[in-house]
Amino acid sequence: MTLHTLSVLVENKPGVLARVSGLFSRRGFNIDSLAVGETENPDVSRITIVVNAESSPLEQVTKQLNKLVNVLKIVELDPQVSVARELLLIKVRADRNARAQVLETVNLFRARVVDVAPDTLTIEATGTPDKLDALLRDLEPLGIKEMVQSGTVAIGRGSRSITAGPALRAA
Amino acid sequence: MTRPTPETLAHSARRARTTTGPASDADHTPAPRGAAAATPAVRQPAPAQVSGAGSLVRSLEALGVDVVFGIPGGAILPAYDPLYDSTVRHILVRHEQGAGHAATGYAQATGRVGVCIATSGPGATNLVTPIADAYMDSVPIVAITGQVARPSIGTDAFQEADIQGITLPITKHNFLVQNPEEIPQVLAEAFHLASTGRPGPVLVDIPKDVLQAPTTFSWPPTLDLPGYRPTLHPHGKQIREAARLMSTARRPVLYVGGGVLKAGATDGLRKLAELTGIPVVTTLMALGAFPDSHRQHLGMPGMHGTVAAVYGLQKADLIVALGARFDDRVTGKLDSFAPDAAVVHADIDPAEIGKNRHADVPIVGDAKYVIDELITAVTAERNAGQRADLGDWWTQLDDLRERYPLGYEEPADGTLSPQYVIKRLGEIAGPDAVYVAGVGQHQMWASQFISYEKPGTWLNSGGLGTMGYAVPAAMGAKVGRPDTVVWAVDGDGCFQMTNQELATCALEGIPVKVAVINNGNLGMVRQWQTLFYGERYSNTELGTHKHRIPDFVKLAEALGCVGLRCETVEDVDKTIEAAMAITDAPVVIDFVVGKDAMVWPMVAAGTSNDEIMFARGVRPAFDEDEI
Repeated sequence: MTLHTLSVLVENKPGVLARVSGLFSRRGFNIDSLAVGETENPDVSRITIVVNAESSPLEQVTKQLNKLVNVLKIVELDPQVSVARELLLIKVRADRNARAQVLETVNLFRARVVDVAPDTLTIEATGTPDKLDALLRDLEPLGIKEMVQSGTVAIGRGSRSITAGPALRAA
Repeated sequence: MTRPTPETLAHSARRARTTTGPASDADHTPAPRGAAAATPAVRQPAPAQVSGAGSLVRSLEALGVDVVFGIPGGAILPAYDPLYDSTVRHILVRHEQGAGHAATGYAQATGRVGVCIATSGPGATNLVTPIADAYMDSVPIVAITGQVARPSIGTDAFQEADIQGITLPITKHNFLVQNPEEIPQVLAEAFHLASTGRPGPVLVDIPKDVLQAPTTFSWPPTLDLPGYRPTLHPHGKQIREAARLMSTARRPVLYVGGGVLKAGATDGLRKLAELTGIPVVTTLMALGAFPDSHRQHLGMPGMHGTVAAVYGLQKADLIVALGARFDDRVTGKLDSFAPDAAVVHADIDPAEIGKNRHADVPIVGDAKYVIDELITAVTAERNAGQRADLGDWWTQLDDLRERYPLGYEEPADGTLSPQYVIKRLGEIAGPDAVYVAGVGQHQMWASQFISYEKPGTWLNSGGLGTMGYAVPAAMGAKVGRPDTVVWAVDGDGCFQMTNQELATCALEGIPVKVAVINNGNLGMVRQWQTLFYGERYSNTELGTHKHRIPDFVKLAEALGCVGLRCETVEDVDKTIEAAMAITDAPVVIDFVVGKDAMVWPMVAAGTSNDEIMFARGVRPAFDEDEI
């Protein structure tokens, strides 16, 4: 099984996310991560789905997705020629003794401190899933009180845009 | 992009309205399946100030709807007021499930979009089964449901159900109307989606306050479906590759599915078959797409298919699938299905291609265009001198047909044989009648022992296997084709699920005929208990023999129908003839038949088609040297 990143452009209408995510579970696929947001065109939303699947069942689910009336376009992003990022917010135990060590880790990973409390620091980090995993590994021994992670968002490298095209203009 | 306009839809919906007489492609006219060029408007009402409900009813009128099946209730009630004055005929059914299957029967018999209406909550959930049924069999229906008023949505209000959410996985698309101004556009889109591409059910849920709100009705609306672009025309290169294979294969088979009927491609299919000489099998959903009496027809493939059809697919070196989907009931155990066959798979739904079986030549397109272009391409191959000799193939297949014809044994206990009853029914009612089956043994026998010669003469619940389908679907078929004889062939189990619609038939003047093949049991389940559960008949005896509860003759009479009973072989013909002579009322015949008859041939579920049993304990000899 391999991770595949699908960019799904959909009409920005109520219930579309339920249609898309429901289709994955119905056809027996587990979504690894999912992120949704508007695009440069407010009528179009972009859903980035990371799914763990063999390529032949993935083709079937892509075809099924394409049948959803509100789905405009599906592109599988090749990791070699695309940029993928996640956002992580993490609340770490950081009393007077540990604080320096936490800050050093934050700097090493080019993360940022976004909130300070007497015994915790809240850190914001973005990066590839691998980088964020590494950051977590380093912070874990210090004591993670809470964390939240976004789904992956991804975009192709180069000047080509997947949101160009007649179908999307019509939306 | 080209945006289809609703006038196209209205035009196609009306096209076959007045046709009567014998079934033919002209009778059974599927709507055009794509964004065809706009035709002149049929009706273009002037903009008018109406309620949302008025807008709904005027939209239905503008779409050319002549009949809807439904039941009123609180949330949908505003729609019933303008419906009272409308040209649209409303048929008041007894259960919403009946409305849904009636819409399906209407659509399958006529090729037009069937429409059903229900209220919110339980009304809507009662439509779930027929919607799922129509989804599995790709039938164009539009279901209109009332919803609680917008401010009440999500509050667990009285008779509230999230029918849009419930039907997400069983509709081609569905809508929750948020604003009365949207109604004409949503209705036009719903009809367009239901009837084009791969047809299917579309649900339109309308909150009560949207129905009550004042709005402007104007027609035609513009369709806005940027993500919906069915591919109708096949790729030329794939067609040429398919034609090349068809001209060189030594053991080819045309595997024809329901898509060919839906595309109205049966004339083309016959041309293609006769041009190539390739044997044809028609699936349960495709009976009537190719005449059963045609020399090249091997019969139905699959679990209860003919030995020749099952063997033909299994030993083929080329399968040309046209509007078929390699369903498990056809392939048997998938791993061992047709191991030596190259596959050309043509379907309008790209997701069907390669879903179950790898396609060597995938073709996305409407079966009508695919077949027409295949005819041209195969003709070109022939003109270039390419044609394979199918003589040996036909010799084997003919030999199998001769050795393993469809047949049955008369019951040893002297009871009436169900197969005989169904066979005689087909012979007496003839190939112009429409036959509508329930689900089970009687369905399989009706598929085997009635000869289907024309499209639109065989209706059944293939994919979902919905017991109770027959009576309401027959009602819908009869409404759509009032001058055609419509026979429901039902089982005693199925019949007890939906027979209340006979009251509708009696009151609305819909003289369907019902042959209840009454073996006193849930026959197909009993057959499996006989074969696979050591004859332990757990909960399959219905008591319709032992206790005569219910008495189907009395029941029929109570529902306003003529009730007849037939218990002996001598009475079969005259009872059927008596029913045929009654044209002004629905008729039910209680055929009391033996309980031990079984459906053969059979490929047991989960086993390979190689293990087809011709009869209990009898396996046809498919020796390797026969190939």
